[in-house]
Amino acid sequence: MPRRLLPRFVAIMMPVSVLIVSVAAFIGRALPARSGWTTDERALLRSLSLASLEPLEPDPTNHYSDDARAAALGRALFFDTRLSGNGKVACATCHVPAQDFQDGTPLGHGVGVTGRRTMPIAGTAHGAWFFWDGRADSQWGQALGPLESAVEHGGTRTQYARVVASQYREEYTKVFGAIPDLSGLPAQAGPVADSLWRAAWQRIAPTRREDISRVYANIGKAIAAYERTIQFEPSRFDRYVNAVLTNGSTADAFSADEEAGLRIFIGKGSCANCHNGALLTDDHFHNTGIPAAAGVAVDSGRAVGVRSALNGEFTCVSRFSDAKPDDCEELRFATTDGPELLHAFKTPSLRNVSGRAPYMDAGQFRTLEQVVDHYNAAPRSPLGRTELKPLRLSAREQAQLVAFLKTLSGPTIAVSPRP
Amino acid sequence: MFALRVLIELVLLAVTMTLNGCMLFMKPPADLDYSRTRTSAAGVYRATIEPQGDSIPQGKLHRWTLHLETAAGAPVDSAVIAVDGGMPQHGHGLPTKPRATRDLGNGDHLIEGMKFNMGGWWVVKFRVNAAQGTDSLVFNLKL
Repeated sequence: MPRRLLPRFVAIMMPVSVLIVSVAAFIGRALPARSGWTTDERALLRSLSLASLEPLEPDPTNHYSDDARAAALGRALFFDTRLSGNGKVACATCHVPAQDFQDGTPLGHGVGVTGRRTMPIAGTAHGAWFFWDGRADSQWGQALGPLESAVEHGGTRTQYARVVASQYREEYTKVFGAIPDLSGLPAQAGPVADSLWRAAWQRIAPTRREDISRVYANIGKAIAAYERTIQFEPSRFDRYVNAVLTNGSTADAFSADEEAGLRIFIGKGSCANCHNGALLTDDHFHNTGIPAAAGVAVDSGRAVGVRSALNGEFTCVSRFSDAKPDDCEELRFATTDGPELLHAFKTPSLRNVSGRAPYMDAGQFRTLEQVVDHYNAAPRSPLGRTELKPLRLSAREQAQLVAFLKTLSGPTIAVSPRP
Repeated sequence: MFALRVLIELVLLAVTMTLNGCMLFMKPPADLDYSRTRTSAAGVYRATIEPQGDSIPQGKLHRWTLHLETAAGAPVDSAVIAVDGGMPQHGHGLPTKPRATRDLGNGDHLIEGMKFNMGGWWVVKFRVNAAQGTDSLVFNLKL
């Protein structure tokens, strides 16, 4: 090229090249390749689909986990308000079956008000840790926490053993064996916050305390046997993935925005880093810089939760557990310290997320739009350090992500335990 | 030619930005060695990892066997082994605290508590302290 023409060529080509890149980028955004998923992406989509969920294995800590009689007893206990200090609170008070087993309020309301959001139940039996901070390592251990919490059920294990003895003697005996003699025991006694009830518990002979605690543990195991039956059914997303993988029905197709939102979910949004697997959770704990809720102290999360799990009365390694020591690896090899535990909370499943506002550990966000906006902005954490980095999603991309999240809803059903 | 170079650089920039935005599909360095047998940093030991089961699962606790030998190929049984690791591109460590729990003989050591809660590039590091000295081994994994 003659030397004098070069500056003119550059002058023309510079804006042209910028235009080409811009147009390419615009086309890429405006017209996502419909169902043009790569092999890696298809493998990832398959892993997120409910069809990839492995069958629920028996819970080694709960010998009765798949006992239909235990599940039937647990179901009755789950809805029984007599299992509370004021006779008005059942598990189902906060875990409302018609609302995906949660209550739609920022904080749980039992006998008093809790400091955290009620968690849903479906599919949780597949996980290793329970509660937002993972302070229980089994589903039955989880069920026992709220029963003796002063702000949730507000009663004691002595009271609950009496309820079982008077209302469920036959059902209990068939599963767990004879109920111990409870005569002469105080109405309320247990290792709870109330000092009078705690003192009453200390006055009971150790062997009787052990008997009562075993009935209490079995109440948890029965409730867990019921909770294990609560599972997710396929969502539109699952039908879409099935259609993508099998070149199946276009009736299951996503809209352009939903498909773009899914691309952001597994790509630019990095959502699927933690919301992975068929239940869209890695069952681990992350500090995502969620602000403290109004009127609630900044929550230490997993940093305290793991300590509670290790020192818990009803853990995998406790004498009330049916597990062998080798079965308790999650507890034995849990990360117990480090800055990453501070203000870290369990990754919740995103299944049915759009019907489950408000969001986060204390219902800090009212809408999915607010949730996505938070992840996009990645603000500083009120405690510890957030794992998030700003996503730089456009307003349109954020809306597409929300559109995708709304495809994750499906029925929640109680399946029968295996015979 | 200058304009062509500008065009190429702009395209490369666009591609790089796209890749950076996609953490899940962020490519690990191209020259990573994923082999299951590695030599320690100072060449004191050679080690082989053998995850129990067909493949390394995601989101599940599992066990590994670490076979440890000297550079000359003699099995190392008596060793203090510390396990560490994480995801370099995410800046976080392992979700659990795995430990070497049992000396299985013939240079084999049972590693319990292995878990990987995300897909992507992981590193697992072993710090070995035995009669031959202290040295470190690094294994790359792609889940």
